[in-house]
Amino acid sequence: MFRNQYDTDVTTWSPAGRLFQVEYAMEAVKQGSAAIGLRSKTHVVLGCVNKANSELSSHQKKIFKVDDHIGVAIAGLTADGRVLSRYMRNECINYSFTYESPLPVGRLVVQLADKAQVCTQRSWKRPYGVGLLVAGLDESGAHLYYNCPSGNYFEYQAFAIGSRSQAAKTYLERRFENFTDSSRDDLVKDAITAIRETLQGETLKSSICTIAVVGVGEPFHVLDQGTVQQIIDTFEIAAEQEDPATEPDAATGQEAATEQGTAADQGGSTDEGAAPMDI
Amino acid sequence: MTKQQANWSPYDNNGGSCVAIAGADYCVIAADTRMSTGYNILTREYSKICKLADKCVMASSGFQADVRALQKQLAARHLIYQHQHNKQMSCPAMAQLLSNTLYYKRFFPYYSFNVLGGLDNEGKGCVLTYDAVGSYEKVGYSSQGSGSTLIMPFLDNQLKSPSPLLLPAQDAVTPLVEAEAIDLVKTVFASASERDIYTGDKLELVIINAAGIRREYMELRKD
Repeated sequence: MFRNQYDTDVTTWSPAGRLFQVEYAMEAVKQGSAAIGLRSKTHVVLGCVNKANSELSSHQKKIFKVDDHIGVAIAGLTADGRVLSRYMRNECINYSFTYESPLPVGRLVVQLADKAQVCTQRSWKRPYGVGLLVAGLDESGAHLYYNCPSGNYFEYQAFAIGSRSQAAKTYLERRFENFTDSSRDDLVKDAITAIRETLQGETLKSSICTIAVVGVGEPFHVLDQGTVQQIIDTFEIAAEQEDPATEPDAATGQEAATEQGTAADQGGSTDEGAAPMDI
Repeated sequence: MTKQQANWSPYDNNGGSCVAIAGADYCVIAADTRMSTGYNILTREYSKICKLADKCVMASSGFQADVRALQKQLAARHLIYQHQHNKQMSCPAMAQLLSNTLYYKRFFPYYSFNVLGGLDNEGKGCVLTYDAVGSYEKVGYSSQGSGSTLIMPFLDNQLKSPSPLLLPAQDAVTPLVEAEAIDLVKTVFASASERDIYTGDKLELVIINAAGIRREYMELRKD
């Protein structure tokens, strides 16, 4: 991105009809660590890559529960995301209080978009620097929306945002036609695989990713590390069937020495190094 | 020239009684299910008991519209708490919240006489009794509502709770076992139904212990 003379103010148009501040805000989203979402007819799964400032610190919280039937994953300025999550939670609570029924996802998303738009048309404000993947369930089914800093929103079958999200998007584009009828567990597996695509070579561990699910009969919740690691292990077993020396499955009765080595590498929540704080 | 009197009251009394008894590792909260207005019965099957948090239950008698509004307020505030702290509110925390919520409307009160029951942070039973504007006290047992004048003296006689003024401070928890406490509550409601016209129909009991929350029902006099 090159510097222009029309990019200082959000309320200044460029001659080409663009608002550069808004576009720069979208850049901030692209710099954040990846978040993905996918949905079937009855479930929506959100996943994100955990980024920690250093080995000593805890991971940033990027997935927020908004209500029993809605959750959100963010990419970009997490502080902005936290503030918007608080807004969404308030809206859901107020709606429930008045109407004794859950806020339809589409309505919440529009309110969020309108809130973002305000920041693109006030000289004393700046756009929110965060992209939100809103996953929710309501009477009309399962939904996944993407809210931009520009105030636009779109509904998706599957989407990925943040850095190296193109790799995940390519994977999702190949597979998305199957998602509508996917089972919940397959959907979670696809989410984890999509996350792995963004890691591009880094080993996939449960400490690096966070997965959350919402579905029919299943309120929004974040899957715990142990469950996620188990699912990751099932991939590794399938992927490395041809390479028995690195197979971590203890039940196959490989040489004890090799197993010890791999078990230490890919053990569950007792991972080496960056053990994240339980938030 | 006499003072002008209101020709309409925003309040009504729907009657009913509530009781709660705390034990070493359990808490029993009970209320009848009759809802009345004046000398009429509106329904025989109305629950006055509301679960506010995992280990915290409230029974309220008085004006049920205000009770319902109060329950909704507390539920919303609890949700906010859970979002911010990632855990359920403890019974003592909820107790303070209830007190503050009631006092907030000091000059147009919730016509709601509450008894809060649950397990505290150590798993011991706790009962807190309130007036309509939020004054509260932790006790071993309590009753509120139209039958409380009949019930309370009997509980005092049976449970001999130590006075909070005694030194050294004694536990405000009764020596009864869970089954004995439940039995006592049933007896007490059966007696109250005899003489209090607003208490009767059915008794709803909620028992909280380490294993969780369970509900029991018992028939009472229908007259």
